[in-house]
Amino acid sequence: MISREDVEHVARLARLALTPDELETMRTQLNAILVHIDALKAVDTTGVEPTSHAVPVVNVFREDEPRPPFPVEDMLRNAPDRAGNFFRVPRIIED
Amino acid sequence: MDVYRPIHELTDAFRRGETTPSAVTDAYLARIEKLDARVGAYITVTAEHARAAAAASDRRYREERPLGPLDGAPIAIKDVLCTRGITTTCGSRILENFVPPYDATSVARLANAGAVMLGKANMDEFAMGSSTEHSALRVTRNPWDLTRVPGGSSGGPAAAVAGGLAAGGYGTDTGGSIRQPAAFCGVVGLKPTYGRVSRFGLVAFASSLDHVGPLGLDVTDTALLLGAVAGHDPLDATSIDAPVPDYTADLARGIRGLRLGVPDEYFIAGMDPEIEHAARTGIETLKSLGASIERVSLPATPHALATYYVIAPAEASSNLARYDGVKYGLRVPGRDLIDMESRTRAAGFGAEVRRRVMLGTYVLSAGYYDAYYGQAQKVRTLVRRDFDAAFARVDLIVAPTTPNVPFRHGEKEDPVQMYLNDVLTIPADMSGVPAVSVPCGFTATGLPIGLQFIGRTLDEATVLRAAYAYEQATDWHRRRPELA
Repeated sequence: MISREDVEHVARLARLALTPDELETMRTQLNAILVHIDALKAVDTTGVEPTSHAVPVVNVFREDEPRPPFPVEDMLRNAPDRAGNFFRVPRIIED
Repeated sequence: MDVYRPIHELTDAFRRGETTPSAVTDAYLARIEKLDARVGAYITVTAEHARAAAAASDRRYREERPLGPLDGAPIAIKDVLCTRGITTTCGSRILENFVPPYDATSVARLANAGAVMLGKANMDEFAMGSSTEHSALRVTRNPWDLTRVPGGSSGGPAAAVAGGLAAGGYGTDTGGSIRQPAAFCGVVGLKPTYGRVSRFGLVAFASSLDHVGPLGLDVTDTALLLGAVAGHDPLDATSIDAPVPDYTADLARGIRGLRLGVPDEYFIAGMDPEIEHAARTGIETLKSLGASIERVSLPATPHALATYYVIAPAEASSNLARYDGVKYGLRVPGRDLIDMESRTRAAGFGAEVRRRVMLGTYVLSAGYYDAYYGQAQKVRTLVRRDFDAAFARVDLIVAPTTPNVPFRHGEKEDPVQMYLNDVLTIPADMSGVPAVSVPCGFTATGLPIGLQFIGRTLDEATVLRAAYAYEQATDWHRRRPELA
């Protein structure tokens, strides 16, 4: 069972600012889902290799040739905030 | 004009000069104008873009040099595929105003094939859902019964094709999101082999499970729509480098001698009896066409749903980390960077997306990784081995597409009840094998039912051939909803 503290911890990891009510609903719903998922623990997978992709593809390489990049203006057009040719974010480092 | 003409008939008519891409595009745009307020198939209608593309197509037919079998075909594109200069929302508030700087490879290939994009179609937010009710932007209704859902997450393109609001469409399938809405809307929907169609420019949900594929009025159209977008793409490292056959070449070869496997595990307890009856009747039809039918077992099937609900949210939680209010999309101010990100994501993501991000973050977090994610990846191997074993004995697997018929809006508010919709479609996504859903009947109340054919890796041709043989022997695909 996932606890209230677990839900708060996961919400911080996931960068989701949830209200106390939302956290409580989330806890109930995650537990209902985890009941089903927990059934997987009973499946015998001794000696079974994990599958990460359905069709195995390994390291695809190409020549490292310079190509024209996307124009800076195109890349910044969707920016919520910018300063010159940079994305602007709230201050991270204290004065 | 008849908006329900399949693309292969439309383009024949273009070649013969009986009508033009512009006339057909205008007819579709007029019908969208008249009906889409009620159906809600589209998030964005790209009328101007469509008229320009249709006019260019007109010229090519006049000069007798059309680009191929899709030239002038009016289509709907799920709003999860990036379109340069045209808003791509993923059905989410967080991307409501996002205008991509490039086209998805599939979108670019369609433009090169002369297809006419009518608009960007509705979907469950970030393709997470089975009813399109999780779209933050629009409600989509099933053209067969407007009180019911079209399925999802590709409910927009499925409703567009079923409602005569597009001649064909493209969706994505991560757990059933093409085949389930195709079944719910009475159209054909194909999920190709993983890697057959490039994912470049597809907004990622679960990268090891995401597939781009077509929805059509019939199997021939679906084969043509697949052929136009399939093939290797250096921009997608998981793209398969294998030649693309003409998927229509063998359609009419028949299925005499083909071995079809019917898995006991796909006729689950609680399945709608009308669906079971329609599927079993369909299987009898296939037998009468000369196929041999045998029972097969896919014993890991009961674990596929739980496996999916570990792997898909885990990958989603990682993929959706990019929505942080920095480079594009919504931003909600905060007192510092982390506060800004956390407020942005809480405001920008709907309830289902938040749930999956939380679930995925939890199963990947320290102390739980091996028990959940590691174990799920091993069970995924078991699901895939089931198909390997079955395909050593049979050429195709045939089974119902969904356990239930289209439900009413708001009927499945419990997340787990919603997840159960995909129980019969998830295994093919986890194994990467191709699968198509075709109409196989209607309930007594007139709701469509789908039958799916699942095939070997890269054997879309046989999947489509069996679907075509079934379709030609029945007339379910010719029925149309009464929308006026």
